[in-house]
Amino acid sequence: MPVFYGEHIESRLMLGTAQYPSPAILAEAFRQSGAGIATVSVRREAGQDTAGQDFWALVRELDVVLLPNTAHCHSVREAVTTAQMARELFDTNWIKLEVIGHADTLQPDPFGLVEAAAQLVEDGFDVFPYCTEDLVLCERLVEVGCRVLMPWGAPIGTGLGLNNPYGLRSLRAHFPEIPLVVDAGLGLPSQAAHAMELGYDAVLLNTAVAKAGDPVAMAKGFARAVEAGALAAEADPMDPRDMAAPSTPVFGKAFL
Amino acid sequence: MKIIVNGAPLETDASDLAALLLELGKGDAKVATSLNEVFVPKTIRADQALSDGDRVEIVAPRQGG
Repeated sequence: MPVFYGEHIESRLMLGTAQYPSPAILAEAFRQSGAGIATVSVRREAGQDTAGQDFWALVRELDVVLLPNTAHCHSVREAVTTAQMARELFDTNWIKLEVIGHADTLQPDPFGLVEAAAQLVEDGFDVFPYCTEDLVLCERLVEVGCRVLMPWGAPIGTGLGLNNPYGLRSLRAHFPEIPLVVDAGLGLPSQAAHAMELGYDAVLLNTAVAKAGDPVAMAKGFARAVEAGALAAEADPMDPRDMAAPSTPVFGKAFL
Repeated sequence: MKIIVNGAPLETDASDLAALLLELGKGDAKVATSLNEVFVPKTIRADQALSDGDRVEIVAPRQGG
């Protein structure tokens, strides 16, 4: 099971908390899947609005570790200030760092991401950077103190799965000691299993579960998929080959 | 004085950030604050004087992915 910044987590499934049909379905999806980490955000609240207070009451009941994010931040300053507010609100040094560089693809801004990560590590944060599978970017993130990397599978909310298995595999080979999480772009449990088969430590997803017709069933499906994929990775899979090789012994076949 | 709270103009007599939260009914709420894009910890809100034109952000826990 994954260990992030010294904390042992009892599940390889990390779930977002947005877009569910109801708070009750959200809670049930967490319960049924056994997800160990929930991502959360901070948003404006003034006047008579108490949605944030209600949500806080809900997540406290989930019995999961909270990972606040800096979603939709486009600049280093925005991300750093958001992280600082999240640290106080959720009483955790953990931060899922998003510095978005492109509006259509929600692709991380690699330059801003490294700069923000460096500032936050300096300020005592445990940074979970939402990044691409770019090897050089990931090296820079590790150099500034990130001890978890969270490359995307595909753009957020697309459900396209693992767009670049080669890149993700390379990352795994290059950082054998750094916990790796595929974050974003997953649409189906089979894609999560694939990420685990590549040797990843966990997956983080939201839309695939929350927007499924039956979010609770889909959450359970993802939970089983990550378990299956992790078992396969530990089981030393066979090497693929181009030519057929009979599995049933040829020797002893009746001569007919 | 007129300040901006969460992007909307607000006329207030609050002299500091803690007083502003009380005025807005958020004195005991689980919120975090920033003033002119700089984070202001809960412990020093009362020391943070407000001036005309200040930009205040008040945020709370919310759903996220």
